[in-house]
Formats: sequence, structure tokens, C-alpha cells
Amino acid sequence: MDFGPYLLLATLEGAVGAAVLALTALGLALVFGVMRIVNVAHGAFFMLGAIIAWWVADRLGVGSALNFLAALIIAPLAVGAVAVVAERSVLRRLNYNPESTIVATIGLLYVIEQVALMTYGPDARPVVAPWDFRIQLPWFGYSGYKILVIGASIAILLAVWWGLTRTRIGLMMRATQFDSETARAFAIPVDLVYGGVFAFGAMLAAVGAVLVVPIQQAHYLMGTDPLLLSFIVVIVGGLGSLRGTVLAAVIIGLSDGIISVFFTPTLAKIIATLAVATILIVRPRGLFGTRPT
Amino acid sequence: MVDLVKPKRKKQTKQARGVSRRTALSGLGGAAALGILPGFTRYAQAQSSAPIKIGFQVHRTGIGAAYGRWYDRTTKAAAKLINESGGINGRPVEIVTEDDGTDPKRGAEVVEKFATQHGADVAFGTLFSHVVIGSAPRAGELKIPYFVVSEGHHVASGMLNRYTLQPCITDVKSQVQSMAPWVASNLGKKVTMIYPDFAFGHDHRDYFSAAMAAQGGEVIGKIAVPPTESSYFKYFPKIPRGTEVLYHVMVGPGVLTFVKEMGEFFGDQRPEIFGFIDSLEAVSINSPGLEFLEGSYFWEANPRYAQAASTKFDAFYRAKVGVDASGASIDDPKDISTYSHMFGCWETLHFIKQGMESAGYRGPGDRAKLIEAVEDIAAMAESQAHPQGAKIFNGKTHQVFGHQYISQVGDGKLNVVHKTAIEDGFYKDEVDYTSQPL
Repeated sequence: MDFGPYLLLATLEGAVGAAVLALTALGLALVFGVMRIVNVAHGAFFMLGAIIAWWVADRLGVGSALNFLAALIIAPLAVGAVAVVAERSVLRRLNYNPESTIVATIGLLYVIEQVALMTYGPDARPVVAPWDFRIQLPWFGYSGYKILVIGASIAILLAVWWGLTRTRIGLMMRATQFDSETARAFAIPVDLVYGGVFAFGAMLAAVGAVLVVPIQQAHYLMGTDPLLLSFIVVIVGGLGSLRGTVLAAVIIGLSDGIISVFFTPTLAKIIATLAVATILIVRPRGLFGTRPT
Repeated sequence: MVDLVKPKRKKQTKQARGVSRRTALSGLGGAAALGILPGFTRYAQAQSSAPIKIGFQVHRTGIGAAYGRWYDRTTKAAAKLINESGGINGRPVEIVTEDDGTDPKRGAEVVEKFATQHGADVAFGTLFSHVVIGSAPRAGELKIPYFVVSEGHHVASGMLNRYTLQPCITDVKSQVQSMAPWVASNLGKKVTMIYPDFAFGHDHRDYFSAAMAAQGGEVIGKIAVPPTESSYFKYFPKIPRGTEVLYHVMVGPGVLTFVKEMGEFFGDQRPEIFGFIDSLEAVSINSPGLEFLEGSYFWEANPRYAQAASTKFDAFYRAKVGVDASGASIDDPKDISTYSHMFGCWETLHFIKQGMESAGYRGPGDRAKLIEAVEDIAAMAESQAHPQGAKIFNGKTHQVFGHQYISQVGDGKLNVVHKTAIEDGFYKDEVDYTSQPL
């Protein structure tokens, strides 16, 4: 294949990866930014989203587009509910202590993964894409659905940005992130904000998973890679910085896609990990992180 | 001595008859509670009717889970059949199942568990080559016969040991060697291969390249994909221009995605496609997105769709395992079998039975005798025990040889277009395990 089309394909693949990664990593960054919790179970929420999406599509059986739309609504809500239960029953009881919650979310990861294995089983199962459309370029064909994923992800990211900067709830979240003590003094229900943010973070992962499941199939081990990449993105972007997270997701996602296509996927992972190491050495607060005061 | 003991036993039995059921039960309970009972039954029944324990190492979880599910069903069905027809040497067969998580390290632990904890007579059942390669050395050290159903060339290559055998499924080297002439003369001589990046895939790469070269063909592209990959589109642009035949073999949970993305990439401008059915085992060939496969070819070890030429043995086997004429579960038409692999479990259990009976096997002390007995087995006729077809076993290399099939996708089915002779898969011995000590 000539260089031009090859690069186009690599960029498209990278963009799809970046789109899903941006959603997943944003969820992780929100939880860390507002609650100061490193949520190791984030990948498990991602996987849960995909599995519930399969379950909804399988049970409903009303045509691929409606199945998918229903899954896109039900799966994030269900995952959000699980996250709320986990937050109330585990994280709150640990007083959101940063060290304890890391261990607790590792436990949560195992619980969710094993429950998925016991109920859903070890098989990979597909959800049919809502849009069976193939774009035939002169050099290769491309799934129209993948283009839809990029569009949907951009739309959701814009909505989240609008929600955070233009709404009252967003203001409360930002205030809690800035200084939870003072926020409490100004009668912001910090406790509720915490619950809401944890659920919302998990829901973003679930949305990413529902978008990806027609491309990749649902499988109980599918959360590992997104978790790893999300951590890389959040560290590169700057812990807690949402703008940095999205930008880093685009950079990491695109470079992962392009390097995978031109060289090997293993090299892409090596380079991403090296980028994290470099950032941690030369700019520990990340691209957009604020210097701790 | 024996005469002296016998009347005594009879007397005990008579006395036992007088005991009420309630006392017997409480006694049994007491004995069990004291931990006496298991030992007691073992002594009383040893070498008479105590079951023969076959340790079944299965991929219940991990990337081999779809195969594991069907290996399990096939093994249970075969064990049931063997037990219904009198067991092995008059003793029932008990399958002791352990999940290896499709993980080599866990695999070795499972083999050890069979030998030391379960007191299994033999171990059997693994598919994924990296698990076999990880487990076989432990089997050799523990001197427990280890019968694999794996397809890898690792057994016949000589890298394993005398206790590891692959008696009822052919190896990749033999499979690709018998495919290459057909591919070269019917599809094209310039081939690009896409294969999983571990031992099994490397066997495909090395032996198919050599076999194609022998046919005057050439493998112009070799694309290795990690077996845990979940997105494949990025590999397709690496297919070199001028590729006449695309040869694909893939394993793991992402196989459907792999084939679907191949269709997205090519559309209707595809080269000839020759795949190993591994790329679609446990997946319906009528899944949405696979329409482009119409007219393409697959290697099959055992035709998934019942053919006009299928034998009554195949029909019997399908019925016993619970598979319909299209290769799906009778209970759930969405649950597609791994038909080209799982017959190996059925046949291997029958092979173990044949070996144990000819060795007069009585317990773990006879394991060496069992190995020698199975090494003497040469030919297996097509039968209820071997529904896939006749086979020739090489006792020196511990590897079996058999027929292979090439099927074409047409009208939503796989239709057999070519059946190879057993001899097509022969190659020179690379090892003589019989020269190793037992």
C-alpha cells in the first residue's frame, strides 16, 4: 500500500482508539481530580459496560439500531448504579483515604471481573453494529460505524465540557475539586458530589465500552488495556486536568494507532510507557497539571 | 492365603446384612467424619472396581474458553459412552476436571495436582500449544502419561518427553504439508500468511512456507498477530501487493472480529482466501459481516456441516455429544462447536482405553507399561471410537497422522471439496521417544 493511504488508514485507526480512550480516561481523570481517588476498578467498569450492552442487545432483539441505542442508555446507567453502591458501601467507609481506596478498588476489580466470569462466562460475544455501512475508499474499505464512534465521542466530550463549565452541578464539582473543605462551608453537598462523580466516571467508561463493543466484542478480560492506557493518558495529561486528559488521549491514541500500523502494536505500547516515564521525570505534573501548592 | 481370607469376607457380608439402614448410615457418617472411609474404600476396592481417574486439563477460562467448553462436553460424552459399555478393564472411568486458565504456568500446576493430589492415572486434554509446552516437562518429571489434543508440532519435533503423546489429532506440520499442494495448484502461488504470534502460529509459518516452496510457490508476507489482540484492522495494510492467496489462522476470543475486519478491509475486491477453521471455531459462518467469505476456502480436520459422504460413525458421535448437522449445539443453535478439534478428546479417551486394556493397566504403578503399550498401537480404523476417520500412529514420535479436509463456503455452509490421503501428511521422523528411559 502507498504511503498516503497507509497513513490515512493509520490515522483513522488511531482516531477511533483516541475517541474511546478519551471517554474512558476522562472518567478516570474526573474521579481522581475531584475525589483524589486512584480508581483501579475503572477498567472493570469499562468491561461491565460492554457486557451489559451485549446482554441488553441479546434480550431485546428488536433490530440492531434499536438494540444498540437501548444498550447505550441502559448500560451506562446500570454501571453508574454499581459504582454508586461501591462508593457508598466501600469508599465512603474508608473516608476516601488515598492509600486504602487503591487497595479497595483493586478488590473491586477482582470482584467485578469474577462475577462477570461466573455469570457472563469466558466467551467473547459480539453486539451487531447499529449501522451496517462500509465506506469503500480507492485503496481499502473502512467500517462506517467506526467513523460514527469518532463523532459520538466528540459529541459526548463536548457535552461533558459544557456540563462542567456551564451548569450548576459542574460548578459544584469544580468547587469540590478546588477545595472540598471550603466547598462544604459554602453548603455544597460534597458527599453527594463524591457519589455523583464516582458514578459519572464509571458511566463514561461504560459509554466508551458500549461504543467499542460492536468493533471488539464483549469479553471479561477486556478492561485491562483501557485501564492501562487510561492511566498513561491521565499521567501524561496531568493528574486531574480534564483538558490535558483529552489532549493526551488524542496524542496517545493517535500515536498508538499509527505506530501499531507502521511498526508493531508492541512497539506502540513501549513508546507510550516510555512517554509516561519521560513525563514523570521532566514534568512530573504532566502537560497541563498544576504545580502542587 | 487367598483361600483363608475369602471365607472371612463372606462372613462379614452376612453380618452386614443384619444391620439396619439407620445404623449403617450413622456408621458411615462416623467413618467419614473420622476420615477413615476414603482410605477404607480404596483398599477394599483397589484394582477391582475403583474408577480409573483421568485428569482432564481444560481451558475453562482465558483465551481458550470456547474450545474448553466443547472439549468438556465431548470428554463427558465419551466417558459416559465408555462407562456404559463396561468402562476400562471393567472399571469405570472418572473424569477429574481442572481449569488451566489457558495459562502455561497454571497448566504445569494442574498436571502436578493430578499426579499428587487427585491420584489421577493419566492426564489429558490440553489444546493451546503454549500450555502443552509449559505442562509437558512437569508430566515427564512426575512420570504421568500426558495425552494432549493440541495440533502443535511440539510433540513430534522432539522438544517434549516420552510421557507426552498426541495420539488422535494431527499436528500443524502434517496439516499444512498436505494443504500446500492443493493451495498452490488451485488458488495461487504467492501467499501472505496471517497467524498468531506463539508456538502454534510459528508452526504454521515455518512449515507452510517450506511446503509452499516445495510446490514452487512463495510466501511473500508473514504477519504475526499477538494472540490476545482485540483489534486487527491495523494488520491488513501489511499484506503485500501481488498477494494471490491470503492464508489466515487465528485463535482467541477476537477471532470473529478478525474475520469481520478482514471483510471490511477487502470488501468484494478480495484475493483468494484460504483459512484454517481455527479462525472461525465456535463462530457461525453466517454471522453478520462474514458474507464476503462466500466462495473462500477453509481447512477442516472434521467437517462441521454433515456431508453427503459423512459416515454413520460421525452421525453417532454428533448425537452423543449433542451437535446437530450444522455443527451447533442441539440445545442452542447459537452455540457453535469447535468441531475440527474436539473429536480429538473423544478419540483420545478411546485410545487411552485401548492402551490400558492392552497393557493390563491396574494402577499408577503400570504407567510405564501403558506408555509402551500405546507406543505399539499403529493403525486406528474409522469406527465409533474414531469417527473423524482412520489414523496411523507413530509410536516413535508420539504423533498421529490422519485425513484432512478442504471446505468451501457456499450457501451459508461449509462444503467439503477435497479430502487428503493420510500419507500426504507424512514427514521424516525427528525424534525417537522410545529410546528415552521410562
